[in-house]
Amino acid sequence: MLLINGQRCDVPTAADGQITITALLEHLKLASVPAAVEVNKAMIPKRQHTSWQLRENDAIEVVTLVGGG
Amino acid sequence: MITESHFPPMNTPTAFPADSLKIGTRTFSSRLIVGTGKYKDFAEMQSALDLSGAEVVTVAVRRERLFNDKGQSLLDALDLKRYTILPNTAGCFTAEDAVRVARLGRELLEQLGNPGASWVKLEVLGDKKTLLPDPMGTVEATRILTAEGFEVLAYSSDDPIAALRIKQAGATSVMPAGSPIGSGQGVLNRSNIVLCLELLKQGDASYPVIVDAGVGAASDTAVAMELGADGVLLNTAVAHAKNPLLMAQAMRHATIAGRASYLAGRIPKRLYASASSPWEGTISYIPGE
Repeated sequence: MLLINGQRCDVPTAADGQITITALLEHLKLASVPAAVEVNKAMIPKRQHTSWQLRENDAIEVVTLVGGG
Repeated sequence: MITESHFPPMNTPTAFPADSLKIGTRTFSSRLIVGTGKYKDFAEMQSALDLSGAEVVTVAVRRERLFNDKGQSLLDALDLKRYTILPNTAGCFTAEDAVRVARLGRELLEQLGNPGASWVKLEVLGDKKTLLPDPMGTVEATRILTAEGFEVLAYSSDDPIAALRIKQAGATSVMPAGSPIGSGQGVLNRSNIVLCLELLKQGDASYPVIVDAGVGAASDTAVAMELGADGVLLNTAVAHAKNPLLMAQAMRHATIAGRASYLAGRIPKRLYASASSPWEGTISYIPGE
């Protein structure tokens, strides 16, 4: 179970029970759009997404840019 | 709609010297920065941005919508080659949250290859109703972000000492509010803006001070520029005008007019009149003479 953008989500994981940020973004259909990711309040640069293993109960924010002033 | 051709060119060679806005390592020919929020749709936003003449536009960082079709995205509607994107930390009420959002904004703009990646429009708010800035949180976040290499453009109140403390914390630009965000009240305290300008530019004349927030009409923009602000940042006044495209043009010209007026130097205010026509040769009766 992960907390993604404030929602509790069960996501399919690998056999070892883990999932990378890249795999999570693919699952969310956000792999091809610009998105910044934070795990437990720490921003994780895109170059680390393929290797970063998320853990049970991690709090994840996936954000983009929207109109604002 | 009024088009550019309705406005005769004002920059004759002797009238308006080359004049650019320098913010940190960047230089812009337009002194107007506009937001991308609150528009009816992206098409209207695109036209308004174009007509405003702005080269810098602000955006916000928000959660992606999960598990549903995204629909149209701001990033599809913004010409990232044309505009320098200034990501804000709007909605943050603590220095910690503002720093997090700034880092996420930088990451997004690095992915997009936009030069706005290294700067941030820092907002640390103190109150949801007034959206007035928290000076302590702003100073704290400015220190952290400056140490991380950000060029911080910090939204501030018009309190001159608060503005100075934010500059001393490392801000690349301090942006005092004319009045609360989106309020349309214009520049409520001209004296404070003048004092902000004096303190922030003391011994550092090129330090950029941008009046951010509160603009309601083009006259407000002209007033801010005429007081000596280096630029104006606004959003709602254009996006929620009855005719946003016309107001975008009005803001563009008000920025130019206000700047020109500031550079030209206004006459001192006087209590009594000063006749523009000569007294000599008057054929009429003049009281008291």
